Amino acid sequence: MSAPMLEVRDLQMHFPIGGGVLDRLRFDSKGLRLEKPVVHAVNGVSFSIARRQIMALVGESGCGKSTVAKTIARIYQPTQGAVLIDGEDVAGYGFAQMLPVRAKMQMIFQDPYASLNPRQRVRDIVAEPLLEQTKDAADRRDVPARIEALLAKVGLNAEHAGRYPHQFSGGQRQRIGIARALSVTPGLIIADEPVSALDVSIQAQILNLMMDLRDEFGLSYLFISHDLSVVHHIADWVGVMYLGFMVENAPRDVLFTQPRHPYTRALLSAAPSIKAKRDTQEISLSGEVPSALTLPTGCCFRTRCPFAWGRCASERPKLQDVGEGQTVACHLVDEPQRDTL
Amino acid sequence: MSGDTPLLAVRDLRTHFHTFSGVVRAVNGVSFDVGKGEVMGLVGESGGGKSVVGFSILGLIDSPGKIEGGQIMLDGEDLVSAGEARMRQIRGREISMVFQDPMTSLNPLHTVGRQMDEVLRLHSDLDASARQKACVAMLESVGISRAAERLGAYPHQFSGGMRQRVVIAIAMLAQPRLIIADEPTTALDVTIQSQILKLMRAQIADKGASMILITHDLAVVSEMADHITVLYCGNVVERGKTRDLIEMPAHPYTRGLIDSIPDPSNRQDRLRQIPGSVPDIRNLPKGCNFRDRCPRAQAVCREVEPELMAQHATLWAACHFPLKPGELA
Repeated sequence: MSAPMLEVRDLQMHFPIGGGVLDRLRFDSKGLRLEKPVVHAVNGVSFSIARRQIMALVGESGCGKSTVAKTIARIYQPTQGAVLIDGEDVAGYGFAQMLPVRAKMQMIFQDPYASLNPRQRVRDIVAEPLLEQTKDAADRRDVPARIEALLAKVGLNAEHAGRYPHQFSGGQRQRIGIARALSVTPGLIIADEPVSALDVSIQAQILNLMMDLRDEFGLSYLFISHDLSVVHHIADWVGVMYLGFMVENAPRDVLFTQPRHPYTRALLSAAPSIKAKRDTQEISLSGEVPSALTLPTGCCFRTRCPFAWGRCASERPKLQDVGEGQTVACHLVDEPQRDTL
Repeated sequence: MSGDTPLLAVRDLRTHFHTFSGVVRAVNGVSFDVGKGEVMGLVGESGGGKSVVGFSILGLIDSPGKIEGGQIMLDGEDLVSAGEARMRQIRGREISMVFQDPMTSLNPLHTVGRQMDEVLRLHSDLDASARQKACVAMLESVGISRAAERLGAYPHQFSGGMRQRVVIAIAMLAQPRLIIADEPTTALDVTIQSQILKLMRAQIADKGASMILITHDLAVVSEMADHITVLYCGNVVERGKTRDLIEMPAHPYTRGLIDSIPDPSNRQDRLRQIPGSVPDIRNLPKGCNFRDRCPRAQAVCREVEPELMAQHATLWAACHFPLKPGELA
């Protein structure tokens, strides 16, 4: 087997936050010092995506899933860790070095109203990444025909090419964004909440389109979403994030039928469903996500976990393999007798 | 529907917006009832007119919008013909509203306590200390700890879920008979959403109030509502008891909406999708608004606008070729 399309090893992304010198000045037993507050957005995340595979990252707002996506796309420079795209570590690359890599990896964004330049025509929007990659004049002559073919692929027609983004509905705009991502024939597409701004009937159209394109072009997707029913539909593999940590990572069917981490279980039981009422919620959470400025000691989830005990405060659980490809970061794996409510 | 008179009866409501590019018939002949102690779900995609129905009930339609016709009867009193002075008494006292975005529906310049106190100052005869007591009790009942202390806090000091609790507390303070909740949990995370939905259900049952739950999320509404009304392009296309409507819808649009939601217990490679998109509401076609996206459409659908007709079970649907129970579109 060849190298995975994407491999992420111990990815960390910390954002120092500003504030004036006077705000950050602290005086304590060690004397006067300047505090440097840091948002711990991503704290050591590892996973890999095989070719033609769809990996989903789920979690609530602030869990770092979008930061992971943007760090892999190298919109951010990772604080630490490796990002291997097609076997090539791009974590330390500069802008010029990234350019050829971008032909292998493209991004689809959440908000189709903000991710298209309102002053460009559709044909220019879709052509831009492609022109960036083709500097040879002879190859450039093929670009218009290729744009037309791409628009047809995503369900738009040639007359749409001369229009501006405001003349399209949300679903059509998302199709334009997908055509733009496909223009350089990438192997990996990073889709950050690609359907959450769309109405449910349009959402189904876009999901079907993404699945068709995966089959046709052999794409891999990193699919970021908070919607578990969408993830269950599209993903082969699911990673659950909480406060910048990966707490569980498993093949789709394993994760949805036998979730092990208390947070995954809570997430699954909180998701509303159109099916007849389920009896009682297995785990319902109280409270909210703690601040990423000062992470809890030990397990990141212990402040909301109904099972938490002493060990959870003193020791940070590591992801460990529990069989069938499932890995879980929870001390309950070692002490299953505590798993009672 | 229920035997005695409903708390709210909306009849043939028409709210239009007169814009430069034409008349937008956002709500075009909508009728429904909300019984006492009942939760009515108002469902549809963006542009369906569901929020405009909510604003119309509260008399919050500004120019260029206008209620062109119909009745909104609250316990026998017509709100369409009520004057602004009367509406000011009704808003907050009889009917209150919970908006979608808790980040923008609170005033950032005033403390939470002051914003809560305002409701009681306007709608009760309590003195200052009794009002404060009522505010503290209400904040505690929506699950905010250290309530007395939090009254002095500003909205930015609360998280999103906590702010929506405050908004719900404000809506419940004057013990209204009807609460209109417009996408109350859309901006919230799923674990917080389930907390807020539980809270709203408990508050309603506790106070015996009724609720109109406006949402695009069929899953949320199916867990909360007793009845569901489905809107499309400003018209009611289907209504009925929640379980009947979800399990055996008669209108192809409702069927399509339900089928568009991925179903974890019955996974298929492709989702069934509704083709096309919502038509331009300024320029609606003659006949059925849904016909261009409908797999069952025939010649008559281009000519005659279907009326709401009784179907199987408790359902009413506006369709020339309604689905039988269990039939796919």
